[in-house]
Amino acid sequence: MHIRDTSQGYGIVSRLFHWVMAVAIFGMFALGVWMVKLDYYNPYYNVAPDFHRSLGILLLIALLARWLWRVTNPKPDLDGLSPFEQKASYAVHWGFYVLLLALMVSGYFISTPEGQPIDVFGWFEVPSIIKMRGLESGAGYVHRVVAYVVIALAAVHTLAALKHHFVDKSEILSRMWSGPPRPAINPKEENH
Amino acid sequence: MQIRMIALAVAAFASAISTAAMAADYVIDTKNAHASINFRIKHLGFSWIAGRFDKFSGTFSYDDKNPDASKVKIEIDTTSIDTNYAERDKHLRGADLLDTEMFPTATFESTNVKASGPDKAAITGKLTLHGVTKDVTIDAQRVGGGKDPWGGYRDGFTGTTTLKLADFGIMRDLGPFSKEVELTLDVEGVKQ
Repeated sequence: MHIRDTSQGYGIVSRLFHWVMAVAIFGMFALGVWMVKLDYYNPYYNVAPDFHRSLGILLLIALLARWLWRVTNPKPDLDGLSPFEQKASYAVHWGFYVLLLALMVSGYFISTPEGQPIDVFGWFEVPSIIKMRGLESGAGYVHRVVAYVVIALAAVHTLAALKHHFVDKSEILSRMWSGPPRPAINPKEENH
Repeated sequence: MQIRMIALAVAAFASAISTAAMAADYVIDTKNAHASINFRIKHLGFSWIAGRFDKFSGTFSYDDKNPDASKVKIEIDTTSIDTNYAERDKHLRGADLLDTEMFPTATFESTNVKASGPDKAAITGKLTLHGVTKDVTIDAQRVGGGKDPWGGYRDGFTGTTTLKLADFGIMRDLGPFSKEVELTLDVEGVKQ
């Protein structure tokens, strides 16, 4: 099993980052849309935002770790993609990093501008670093808009991956799931 | 001589009129924060939570000889709501509560002042909040007044009133114990 990425595909660390964060981000989007509509007397009124904040901080840490992993690993090549597709995939992938960072940082500023820390599952607290009255409303607006943009981008990303898989019959989706091919003497053994 | 007498009489008469009508004008000292607009609302029927509007401005006229001639006008920046909890403040500004994007200011303008005892008065006026204008009556009391140590002259008052949120079109259900909010205005005016 490959830990690190190679020019042929993604190691286990990158694949776990990808799929775990993908599930978490879609889940966080659904949770966010749902929780802001809860009645005051709903039993989840406090628990849901607590969970959303906690997981958000963990995702922020994961995003930074993932970015470090990305820049210290070889990039799997994009053979088989047209120059346009290569540029588009580059833009989408880095777009995710930028947007997710904006999403998580704006979320942080919804909770902290009056000095309250964010409690992460009762394990540790992230302190407030900027005190600025009223910042929470602007941060909330950014958080909502960016969340929708992230999901839209994820839809584009998913459709592109499905297109490569089913229309182009390329390995691009499979290698995010199964990793780089094992070194093989007979190239035919690479086929899964 | 005759003309001179008449002129003097006219001047004296004019001066008498202006003295009678001379309720002094005051600007509420928000600049140095000797004034605050505070509110409290019950939480679940178990306790009170308190908040305030950090930004507002106002003027009043007051004549201790003729308190019924007093007038007061206040303008509140509703976005400046502050309950010492960023997420709650964001929610209070939101569309289902104060909707400060639509209604960034609330105003109170007195229409009738009726003295109800020494240094006490019922101030009736039009309160516009959340786009709805309604008559409210503030029970006001003069706290004190006189020369300040820096060459000015000040008078200070405190007033309370109770509002039903639904009267102002704020329909968010906060529970059966949280339908009314108590408003307290503490103002000190500097005579102009």
